Amino acid sequence: MVDNTLSRLARWGWIASLSLALLGLIVVGAGIGAYPISHIDILSHLWLRLLGGEVSGQVDRILFEIRFPRIAASAIVGAVLAAAGCAYQGLFRNPLVSPDILGVSTGAGLGAALGILLSLSIVAIQVMAFAGGLVTVALVYAVANMVRHREATLVLVLAGVVIGSLAGATLSLIKVLADPYDQLPAITFWLLGSFASVRIADVVAVIPAVVISLIPMILLRWRMNVLSLGDEEARALGVHPSRLRGILVIAATLMTAAAVSIAGVIGWVGLIVPHMARLLVGPNFARLLPVAMLMGACFLVGIDTLARTLTTTETPIGILTAFFGAPVFLFLLARSRRGWQ
Amino acid sequence: MLHRTLTCVGLLCLATFAFADRTVTDSAGRTVTIPDRIEQVYAAGPPASILTYMLAPEMLTGWPRAHHAYERPFLAPEYVDLPVTGRLTGRGSTANLELVITLQPDVILDFGSIRSTYVSLADETQAQTGIPYLLIDGRFNNTPTALRLLGNILGVPERGERLAGYADALFAEIDAVLATIPEERRPSVYLARGPDGLETGVKGSINTEIIERAGGRNIADYGEKMAIQRNLVNMSMEEIIASDPDIILTWDRQFFDRVYQDPLWADIRAVKQQRVYFAPSAPFGWIDRPPSINRLIGLKWLTGLLYPEHFQFDLKQAVREYYRLFYHVDVAEADLNQLISWSTTR
Repeated sequence: MVDNTLSRLARWGWIASLSLALLGLIVVGAGIGAYPISHIDILSHLWLRLLGGEVSGQVDRILFEIRFPRIAASAIVGAVLAAAGCAYQGLFRNPLVSPDILGVSTGAGLGAALGILLSLSIVAIQVMAFAGGLVTVALVYAVANMVRHREATLVLVLAGVVIGSLAGATLSLIKVLADPYDQLPAITFWLLGSFASVRIADVVAVIPAVVISLIPMILLRWRMNVLSLGDEEARALGVHPSRLRGILVIAATLMTAAAVSIAGVIGWVGLIVPHMARLLVGPNFARLLPVAMLMGACFLVGIDTLARTLTTTETPIGILTAFFGAPVFLFLLARSRRGWQ
Repeated sequence: MLHRTLTCVGLLCLATFAFADRTVTDSAGRTVTIPDRIEQVYAAGPPASILTYMLAPEMLTGWPRAHHAYERPFLAPEYVDLPVTGRLTGRGSTANLELVITLQPDVILDFGSIRSTYVSLADETQAQTGIPYLLIDGRFNNTPTALRLLGNILGVPERGERLAGYADALFAEIDAVLATIPEERRPSVYLARGPDGLETGVKGSINTEIIERAGGRNIADYGEKMAIQRNLVNMSMEEIIASDPDIILTWDRQFFDRVYQDPLWADIRAVKQQRVYFAPSAPFGWIDRPPSINRLIGLKWLTGLLYPEHFQFDLKQAVREYYRLFYHVDVAEADLNQLISWSTTR
């Protein structure tokens, strides 16, 4: 009983301190950038805006059209990738799984590369990326369902690997066909991930997809734990494993595709952040999800602040997530004694 | 079997002795033995194909890629449809080495970087195919030298001299004006690449050297050391707003069509003063894409944009002359107007 209260306190403690950390990172991030704006200026502009003022002038534009949307996008994408990572790792009962396992990122990359090859507009490229991610996972799911096999998750993962490498090969084909002076660098930059061109409209556009896919995850958080016991046990406890898995795969895919469509491919977050969260609060999905989402948001807001301030040009975010994520992860791994399962 | 092998070796020796009777030193300092008379040149990439086409189009074995419909009116009709032979760039090659050998070129020519990667690629390809491989420095400032060097190698020294003379005269004309304008009074320029316009080349990179050559200051300036490591970088919108360029150049239609409507770009000086310029890319890019001699007309165009008070000339006439001299084509009036309208639209 005492133990239970303590762990609940600890859990809320983590959520509270992570929320504070996120707030701190946002405040720090809002105050630095290539265009110097003091915190007092930021507050006064924010205050005027809240009072219903129009966006006018350089400072307003930088704050409301560039910096804030960018911070919002990195927070959302970080939270989303972490949530999707938690769901996938739970679904497949495998700590090495990341949201890319069913090919959503590769498919999105393929869609975006095709859009760049066809010289489409930025919005169309994003739509292509979103659609590419969804179509790839749908294909994987369809293929896996055609194969009747006892090991449903194994077949799903295998189908993901096969379709994913097919999409990867097609992506390589597009790279060969692309104009090496123009389109090829654009594809490469897209695949490295970046928040440099995120607009407020992008953030608004992904929010519905994120909310819609978060709802089933939150509602099904307890059954998710049952699923991690294995299909046989789950069935014995009255859970329909394949239906549940289907719903969660759709939810995780939808949110990942939305995130990737505005930020490009950002690896590492979906793989590592769920582990960090698990080291803090244990494997219970209901506790894991909010903590992982907050950690993911903190991580990406911090990393993106570095990406845009480290040098005068943009540092591709995929590079920084690995460089900063790996040491932090190893540190946590060495410090913690909590179990994985 | 032995007999056949001996015959082959004999033929090879014969071939070597019969044709390989002069040596030249290329830009990388490699000594290459080449036939006395060169008739066929395999261009290893787009820059080399343009250089060869300008000097001796009849020697070109093929283009690295097929030409788009909008590029066709700007090339001489007899050479537009040369076979597509791919490009030789090591691991990223689209060319088939066996095909290259089948084409039986007298030399393989690469025009561009002479860094050690390309030197070793040249050496390896030459050893593999037995075809002499020449490497010529493709830096913009090396243009006159490159034209003369290749003109001599291909046996068309007068042609090389004539084209080099054009480049020399243009460079000299610009240098004379720039001598009177101190660095800090030169306009700042941003080269916007990619559909969102946030991709650019840093100062000192081959992609943007035309900006400095024309007397502009590239806002993506991080010293020479940086340029060695990274040619193309992503800029943040904030950085662009903070540097507030006087002039923006682009060849991206998507970006150009959008930039005047986009509130984010609205406060940048170049946009406010309507100094965002679209560089034509037919048959080849005016400022890059690929970085080859095709940039000379872009340089001419840029001088008028950067220093209108110092360079007054009829752009249409200049373009007509350049295309006639370098591209062997009398561009039809309508096509010429199209080109001019691209390069002057606001």
